[in-house]
Amino acid sequence: MEEKKLSRSRKVLTFCVVTIIIIGSLYLLQKLLVPKYMTDIVEGAMIAEYYDEEHDHDVVFIGDCEVYENFTPALLWEEYGINSYIRGSAQQLIWQSYYLLEETLKYETPDVVIFNILSMKYNVPQNEAYNRMTLDGMKWSSSKVNSVKASMMEDEKFLDYVFPVLRYHTRITELNGDDFKYLFHKDKVTHNGYYMRVDVKAAENVPKGRPLADYSFGETAYKYLDKMTALCKEKGVQLILVKAPSLYPYWYDQWEVQMEEYAKENDLVYINFLELQEECGLDFTTDTYDGGLHLNLSGAEKATKWLGEFLSKEIGLASRRGEEKLETAWKKKLDAYYEEIDRQTKEWQEKQNGGEK
Amino acid sequence: MLFTSYEFLFFVLATCVLYYVIPKKWQWMLLLAASYVFYFLAGASYLPYIFVTTVSTYLIARKITSLQAVVDAYIKEHKKELSREERKEYKAKEKKKQWRLLLLCLFINIGILAVLKYTNFAIANVNSMLTTFGSTAKLDFVDFVLPMGISFYTFQSMGYLIDVYRGKYEAEKNPFRFALFVSFFPQLVQGPISRFDDLAKTLYEEHKFNSATVASGLQRILWGYFKKMVIADRMLVAVNTLIKGPEEYQGAFVFAGMLFYALELYADFTGGIDITIGIAETLGIKVTENFHRPYFSKNIKEYWNRWHMTMGSWFTDYIFYPISVCQPMLKLSKFSRKHFGEIIGKRIPVYLSSFVVWFTTGIWHGASWNFIVWGLGNFVVIMISQELEPLYRMFHKKFPKADKALWFKIFRVGRTILLMSSLRMFDCYRDVPLTFKMFGTMFTTWNWNVLWNGQLLELGLEVKDYIILFLGMMLVFTVSMLQRSGSVRGKIRTLAFPVRVIIWYGLFLVVLLFGAYGVGYDASQFIYNQF
Amino acid sequence: MNEIIEILSDLHPDIDFETAKNLVDNKILDSFDIVSLIAEINDNFDVAISAEEITPENFNSAESIWALVERLMED
Repeated sequence: MEEKKLSRSRKVLTFCVVTIIIIGSLYLLQKLLVPKYMTDIVEGAMIAEYYDEEHDHDVVFIGDCEVYENFTPALLWEEYGINSYIRGSAQQLIWQSYYLLEETLKYETPDVVIFNILSMKYNVPQNEAYNRMTLDGMKWSSSKVNSVKASMMEDEKFLDYVFPVLRYHTRITELNGDDFKYLFHKDKVTHNGYYMRVDVKAAENVPKGRPLADYSFGETAYKYLDKMTALCKEKGVQLILVKAPSLYPYWYDQWEVQMEEYAKENDLVYINFLELQEECGLDFTTDTYDGGLHLNLSGAEKATKWLGEFLSKEIGLASRRGEEKLETAWKKKLDAYYEEIDRQTKEWQEKQNGGEK
Repeated sequence: MLFTSYEFLFFVLATCVLYYVIPKKWQWMLLLAASYVFYFLAGASYLPYIFVTTVSTYLIARKITSLQAVVDAYIKEHKKELSREERKEYKAKEKKKQWRLLLLCLFINIGILAVLKYTNFAIANVNSMLTTFGSTAKLDFVDFVLPMGISFYTFQSMGYLIDVYRGKYEAEKNPFRFALFVSFFPQLVQGPISRFDDLAKTLYEEHKFNSATVASGLQRILWGYFKKMVIADRMLVAVNTLIKGPEEYQGAFVFAGMLFYALELYADFTGGIDITIGIAETLGIKVTENFHRPYFSKNIKEYWNRWHMTMGSWFTDYIFYPISVCQPMLKLSKFSRKHFGEIIGKRIPVYLSSFVVWFTTGIWHGASWNFIVWGLGNFVVIMISQELEPLYRMFHKKFPKADKALWFKIFRVGRTILLMSSLRMFDCYRDVPLTFKMFGTMFTTWNWNVLWNGQLLELGLEVKDYIILFLGMMLVFTVSMLQRSGSVRGKIRTLAFPVRVIIWYGLFLVVLLFGAYGVGYDASQFIYNQF
Repeated sequence: MNEIIEILSDLHPDIDFETAKNLVDNKILDSFDIVSLIAEINDNFDVAISAEEITPENFNSAESIWALVERLMED
C-alpha cells in the first residue's frame, strides 16, 4: 500500500518535471526564433519599447513611418518642455493605430494625441510582415486580440500570433548572433519612438501620383477614424490629425478635401505639413535621407519645431521643464540622443569622404 | 478542414477529450456527431449525397438480409419435403430477387459517383470527337459538386452491401451505427476503405481510457505529420516547379521530378494514413492498415499488394473475382481453349478481368485519360512480368544464391521504384501526349549535369531543404528497416523512460521546426483527397 | 484430392501442397493463381465456384479446397 502510494506520487512528480522541462524549452525556443529586429529592420522593435516607459506623456503620436521619422520628442522636451512619445510602426494600418491608441489610453491619459492620416488610404490588410512588426511587440490585451483579428491577411492564423514559434519556425536554419545576444534583453532602437537618421539623400523627380479610379477613403478606414475620434472624446483627450511633410507616397488633393471636411465635421484640428514646408523651412535637398519619403534629423527638427510652437502657443501645453523626475529621465535620454547623433554624423561623414575618394 | 490545419487538430483534440469523458455507451454516437460536423464543415452541400448513400445502402442491405432469413427458415422447415433440385431451384429464384435489389443499390450509388465525377470528362470527350468530325457544336460543361471522400465512402458502402448479399454477415440493424460506418471522420477523406466486419466491432465497442493506447495513437499521428509536413510538403515545392514548366525542365529534370514525386506521394499518402490510423487508435479503434512498406516490393504485383492495400483488395474481391470466375467468363475461356489453343484460352479470364480492374482503378483515381493510361500502364507491366515468370524461374535455378544476395535485392527494389515512379508521371503532366513526350526527353535530352551544377537549387528548395529531405528520408528508411522485425513504437516502448521522452519530444520538435508549413508554404491538400 | 494437388503443383512446382497450410495468408497463392485454379476445377469437376466462396479459409490448403469442391458437388 505504502509502496503503491510512493510509486504513484513518483509518477506524478515525473510527469510534472517532464511537462515543465518541455514547456520551458519550448518557451526558450520560441524566444530564440522570434526575430529580434535589433540591427537590420529595427522597425519591428519599436512597439515593445513603450512598455519600459514611465507613462506620463503630454502628447502621444500614433501612426506609421510618417510620425516616427518626422517628429522628434527629444526636441519637444528640450525646447518646449513637452513630454511626448511616438507609438509608431512601419505601415501601421488605421485599425492597428486605433487599437494601439486604445491600449495606450489604458496606461495613461495624455493631453493630446496626434494621428497621422496617411493610413486612411488602406481599407484592407496589406502585408503579413508589416502586420507582424506592429503586432508582435504588443503585450497581450483585448486591444491586441482585436488588432490581430482586424489585421490578419486571408492566409494568416490567429494561433500564429499566440505562438509565434509557429510563424518563425523556419528561422531555425537562419539564426544569427543577435538571436542569442538579445534573447533576454533588448537595446533601444528609438528615442521615445523617434527613429533617427542623419544622412542625406536629396529628393529629385518625386513622381506625381497616378490617377486613381476612386479617391474616396474606404468605409473601414472611416470606421476606425470615427472610433478614434470617439475614444478621444470619451477620455477627454484632444485628437489632432496631421499629414506629415513626406513627399511620397503621394497625397492627392481629393484626399486632402476629405480630411479637411472630416476635421471640420468632428471639430478636430488638422495640420497638413505639406502646405507648411516653407513655413517650417523644410528643404528637400538636405532634409530627407531617402529622396523625400522620410525626413532626416535636420528635417524632423524643423517639423518638430513648428509643431512645438503650435502645441505650446495654440493648444496651450505648459512646459514641464524643472519637474525633477522628468528632468532626470530626460537627461539620460538626451545623452543617448546626442551620442547617437555624433555616432551617425561621424559615420555619415566617413562614408561621404570615402565616396569622394 | 485539412489534416494539417489548426482547426483539425483542435477538432480531434476536442473529440478525443469528450470521447473519454462521456458515458461509454454514448461514445459511438459522439463519433457519429463528430463525423457529421466534420463533413458539414467541409461543405454543407455534400451532406445530401452521403445521406442518400447511407440510407439506400442501409435499407437495401436490411431487405436482403431479411430475404435471406426467409429462405433459410423455409428450407429448414421443409427440409424433408423438398428434393435437392427443388431446393436448388427455390434458392436460385430467391437469390435472383436479392440480386435485383443489389443491382438497384449499386446503380443508385455508383450512379451518383459516376455522374458527379465523370460527366464533365464524358462531355470533354464528346466535344473533342465533335471537333474531329468537323462539327462546331459543343456541349456545355456542367457544374457539379464533388462531395469530399465520395470515392472512398461509396466503395466502402458498396463493399458492405455486396458482403451482405454474399451472406458474409447480416446487415447492421441500427441505421445510426451504419451511418457511422460510412462517415467515420478520420478515414472519410482519404481512406483506408474499411470492411464492415473489420471495422464495425471496434467502432461500436465501448472504449476505456488507456494511456498506453492513447500514447501509441498520438505517436503514430506524430509520425504521420512528420512524413506529411517535413518531407511531402517540402518536396511539393520542387515537384510543382518541375511539372509546371515542362518546356523548361526536360531530360534529367524529368528524372529528378519523377523520383521527387514518387517520394512526395509516398510520404504524403502514408503520412495521411498514419494520421488517420493514429487518430482511430487514440480513440481505441483499430482501422485496417493500408501500406506494408510498398517500395520494398520485389515486383509490381507485390507492390500492389502492399500499397493502398484496402483499395487493391476491394478491387480484387468485388471486381476481379466476380468477373474472372463468372460462368460466361469460364465458358469463354473454354471456348477459346478449343479454338485458339491452351495458351490463350487459359489466360483469358485473368487478362480480361485484370484489364477491367486496372481501367476502373485508373478512372477511380480521377476523371481523365491520364489516370486511365496510368491504370492500363500498370496492367501492361503486371502482365509482362507475369509472362516473364518462367524466365525468372530459370534465372533462379541457374543462380540459386541471387535471391539472398544484397545486390539482387537492391536491384529489385530499385526496379520497383523506377517502374512505379515512371508510371506515376501520368499524375503530374497535363495530358497523356505530354507525359510521353516528357518521358522521352529523359533519353533524348542529355543534361545530367543539372543534377549537380546547382540548377536543382533553383526549383524553390535550398541546400538546407535538400539536407532536411535527405535526413528525413533516411529516417523513414531506417524506420522501415526496423519495422521488418516488428512495430517500431513497440521497440521504443522497451527503452528507458528518459530516452523515450527524448525520442518523441525530438520528433515533435523536428515537425515543429522543420515542417514545411505556415508563411511561404501553401497549405497543400493531401494528394489523395482529390480522388 | 490428388487432382487438386496436381493442379496446384502445376501452378507452383516448388511447393509441397500435401503439407502446405495458409496458402492465401502466406501469399503463396495470389489472385491470378486462384482464378486459374477455379477454371481448372470447373473443367475437371464441373462445379462452379463463385466469387463469394473465394475466402482465405476456403483456399488456405489443398484440403480445404477439396472440402469446398466436395460441398459444391453435393449441393
